[in-house]
Amino acid sequence: MSTDTTTVPTESAGDAPELVIPGEVVTNAITRLIDVPGVAGQVALITLDNGMDHNRPNTLGPAGLRSLDAALDQAFAAKPAAIAVTGKPYVFAAGADLSGIGALNGKDAARAIGQLGHKVFRRLHDSDIPTFAFINGVAFGGGIEIGLHCHYRTLAANAGPMALPECFLGILPGWGGTQLLPRLIGPENAVTVIVENPLNNNRTLRTKDAAALGVVDQVFDGADFLEQSLRWLADVVSGSVTVPRKEFSSDDYAAAVARGRFLAQQRTHGATTAPARALDLIEAAGGEFADDLTAGFAAEDEALADLITSEPFRAGLYTFNLTQKRARKPVGAPDKSLAQPVTKVGVVGAGLMASQLATLFVRRLKVPVVLTEIDQQRLDAGVARVHGEISTLAEKGRISPAEANRLTALVTGSLDYSAFADADLVIEAVYEQLEVKQQVFAELEKHVAPEAILATNTSSLSVTAMAKGLQHPERVVGLHFFNPVAVMPLLEIIRAEQTSDAAVATGVALAKQLRKSPIICADATGFVVNRLLLRFMGEILAAIDEGTDPQVADIALDPLGLPMTPIMLLQLVGPAVALHVQETLNASWPDRFPVSENLRRTVDSGLKQLVSWDADGTQKVSDEVRELWQGGDQPSTAEQVRERALAALATEARLMLDEGVVSDAADIDLGMITGAGWPAWLGGITPYLDREGISEKVTGKRFAPAGVATLPA
Amino acid sequence: MTSAPPRSAPARTLNDVVFVEGVRTPFGRAGDKGQYAQTRGDDLMVKVIRELLRRNPSLPPERVDDVAVAAVAQTGDQAPTIGRTAAILAGLPESVPGFALDRMCAGAMTAVTTMASSIAVGAYDVAIAGGVEHMGHHPMTASGADPNPRFMTDNLVSADALNMGVTAENLHDKYPTLTKQRADTYATASQEKYAKALADGNITPDLVPVATRSAEQGWGLATTDEPPRPGSTVDGMANLKTPFRPHGRVTAGNASPLTDGATGCLLASAEAAEELGLPVRMRMVTFAFAGVAPETMGEGPVPATEKALAKAGLTIDDIGLIEINEAFAVQVLTFTEHFGMADDDPRVNQYGGAIAVGHPLASSGVRLMTQLARQFEQHPQVRYGLTTMCVGLGMGGAVIWENPHYDGSSDPDGAAGPAAGAGTATDSGTDSGAEEGTK
Repeated sequence: MSTDTTTVPTESAGDAPELVIPGEVVTNAITRLIDVPGVAGQVALITLDNGMDHNRPNTLGPAGLRSLDAALDQAFAAKPAAIAVTGKPYVFAAGADLSGIGALNGKDAARAIGQLGHKVFRRLHDSDIPTFAFINGVAFGGGIEIGLHCHYRTLAANAGPMALPECFLGILPGWGGTQLLPRLIGPENAVTVIVENPLNNNRTLRTKDAAALGVVDQVFDGADFLEQSLRWLADVVSGSVTVPRKEFSSDDYAAAVARGRFLAQQRTHGATTAPARALDLIEAAGGEFADDLTAGFAAEDEALADLITSEPFRAGLYTFNLTQKRARKPVGAPDKSLAQPVTKVGVVGAGLMASQLATLFVRRLKVPVVLTEIDQQRLDAGVARVHGEISTLAEKGRISPAEANRLTALVTGSLDYSAFADADLVIEAVYEQLEVKQQVFAELEKHVAPEAILATNTSSLSVTAMAKGLQHPERVVGLHFFNPVAVMPLLEIIRAEQTSDAAVATGVALAKQLRKSPIICADATGFVVNRLLLRFMGEILAAIDEGTDPQVADIALDPLGLPMTPIMLLQLVGPAVALHVQETLNASWPDRFPVSENLRRTVDSGLKQLVSWDADGTQKVSDEVRELWQGGDQPSTAEQVRERALAALATEARLMLDEGVVSDAADIDLGMITGAGWPAWLGGITPYLDREGISEKVTGKRFAPAGVATLPA
Repeated sequence: MTSAPPRSAPARTLNDVVFVEGVRTPFGRAGDKGQYAQTRGDDLMVKVIRELLRRNPSLPPERVDDVAVAAVAQTGDQAPTIGRTAAILAGLPESVPGFALDRMCAGAMTAVTTMASSIAVGAYDVAIAGGVEHMGHHPMTASGADPNPRFMTDNLVSADALNMGVTAENLHDKYPTLTKQRADTYATASQEKYAKALADGNITPDLVPVATRSAEQGWGLATTDEPPRPGSTVDGMANLKTPFRPHGRVTAGNASPLTDGATGCLLASAEAAEELGLPVRMRMVTFAFAGVAPETMGEGPVPATEKALAKAGLTIDDIGLIEINEAFAVQVLTFTEHFGMADDDPRVNQYGGAIAVGHPLASSGVRLMTQLARQFEQHPQVRYGLTTMCVGLGMGGAVIWENPHYDGSSDPDGAAGPAAGAGTATDSGTDSGAEEGTK
């Protein structure tokens, strides 16, 4: 179907006619009058359909909103017994056309898109005729808000997860969500859906959660969802079914909003204002706007106009595009036809990392995985660890008992490298020392086929050096996974000097099978994520070594809303590992990566618990650390620490681009988002450095022109 | 191996088979403009199965022993093994098996007799039987069949035996008194009877509404049959094209239209129905299938009915209500003529027939039964009824049913035959006379 046939009258809702999004994929709304058994009169059933298959979900832009407006004109004109809105197969509506909204020019246009949505959707809310949303599939953001304006909602049991992810992206549910949802499901649940879930790694609602929270009134099986929804409609219209609605007190609102403010502060430290604005609106829904929806919607328009034209939303959009698009098509990937099939995997080492890798490989590839170690005891322990992981997955119901049997049988151990003779890929995860890894590869080469891929999970050593002296050095590639392997999406694929296209292509293909998000980078110490993290952590530790109070230094970066403080990160990584990586980086760039004396002291002391929590839950540098660490006589203020850490990040990121570690700052950001969990409101890191003027000040230029990941100039 | 003495299974008993409930989708005109043009065939079947279960909440779904679904075209959206796939798609527990079968137009009827046999023999307690044919998605010409050349070289079956319209023309040749005029008159009556049945509320209660997909018009809801052409007249039909032969007699007016639809029914042993609190709408007496010349396949109901009546120890006079599939008017007239019935015998097709409502090949058999069940309820003076149909490649099927509402009264409106019957079943589930052949 073509999507360019939508010329619709706008007089009913009325809006700024100049409001257009170039290239909008228009979701058409089609009204059909149908007979429904048990209903006197007809039902106007509106189908939202952008004419594409389910891979391109319905989204809402100005033309789509006008189409819905026209469909409502047609529906109301027919004086039906009820009006219902549903979607195309598998999709209700995935919300606003995000890239289109990102392209809106200025605050007036941003306000206008909010107003248009309100005016159109509100017709469903204000209708004297009962209105229904039949949420048959994918529903996010504005899609859910259509439903919230309707008087009743049904949900298909197979609709899949739903969410209001706006706050994650730096905006808020401003087509009625902040005003209608708390009235419907109560402020406590509304805070969960609007604020808490988006800040919690963008968590979604499963069907049963949506029903339990009251977001929908009824869930019907997908097999005859529309038929049963219409049957229910008939019962509601006839009055044989009534849907009770709850009232919520101002105390409910106060408690819910207080909880929301606390957790928003914990997660964001004010780095993005969207959660706070959303909470303000939720609060007002139970107070100032309790009897005035019009005022509530107008306040949403203003908040949306502010946020759409704010930097965090630009960074959020950029993040969305990186993780949804760039991560699926890694830049610099060779032709995928070069990828070699992987039907058996060898893992050298059976320690913690090796076990995690073996678990991931067997679970996703379902091919034989052979571990090896230097002695039987370690080997047995390693294999047992993987088998234990598989049992745990089965116990949690994540895999079936039969699947667990299959996977368990696929994981074996051997002390003899000859077990790798028919492996297509062998990855080493042995001690981080170049000579050890060189020996492993040299020995492996005696056993494996000439074209078998040899991979290293090194986090910072030179892959080029590792391959030196091999008969087939072109088959050596770095595959750097992040800890915990099952959770972190990033895979750094390291193309060393001699690495063949086939080896890189195999890595990229593997990433897809392993459901990891790859970036391809050159063989420079620390690659992308560790290099930046260590550089940044190094500045914090240096400031402490110089005499800054550890606590002051540790919270200096709080205004960025990073997932954890530097010392918490140090504790998570483990001081010994951090020191080792710092030493490796120091060997390459001694001036920029000094080794912290306090870090060395920590490792020597064996201290592993670096942070503690007060009775009120506030994180602090632990007393043991404060006792152990020594500082000089040149303390810095928090602001000074922050400035130098950010300057270091800008410098290092620019150097990485200059050296060609990656070709585009987007890959640095993608790495920081997927490998370090850096937040969407920073866009990884370079959009933040650009918008704060740090990159220009420190390196003389921006990472991306204004408007790419930041507000247009 | 143990040394325990061998055990023997209990002696075989036979069960009475009852028809609990039948439903169908509204029928659609096959083709791009039909209401199901963009709706899958298997989905039609799924709606039927779910409605059967919904209407019988006292039946635990896991008690369904099998799901037999017929389709002539067992490909595309009616494959693979539609009985099993439809059962899974309908949300039946995975412990419930299913299968697909094909006897062309008598597919659903054969699904019923096969499931009934399984119930009668004691293997099953409860079963679902039905059929589906999306003729819009599966035109009869594109079946992908590769008939054995020996059919031709050995003169086994003439080439035109596979064209159903031609076989109907052949019937007119064979029985020249069955004129086009009589066929058109019969067809007009079928339309009238359907329209009256619809107005009287005898059609809609057996339908399950189906959501219909249309990329152009949006979702709709099918609640009524599309094929009927109310107001058809003999004069209006007179000049319709005769597509199967120049100056022939078979037209779109006196033949069933190409149709999309699905049907299904719930069968149970009398004992299981009682245990589970399921209604008994009909009791199966017996059934028969018979073969005739493929070139005049429309004659099939005659020997099939004779055979079934003989097995039941009944005569046609014992049959008070008849649901015969109207593939073609001439084929119904062949049947009534044979049994000495008038063209407009009131026992025959009280709600009209396939000429009006449509004939989605393999699904039609259950529609006949569902309608007979409703007529039984309306005619407690009728004791026995017949469902029968002709089948491509020269066959006929017939199933004789007993009315559980039978009250021994006489016939108030002349729609029913005599109540007396020979060799009929008793009320006992394991001792029915009509089924005693194995004893």
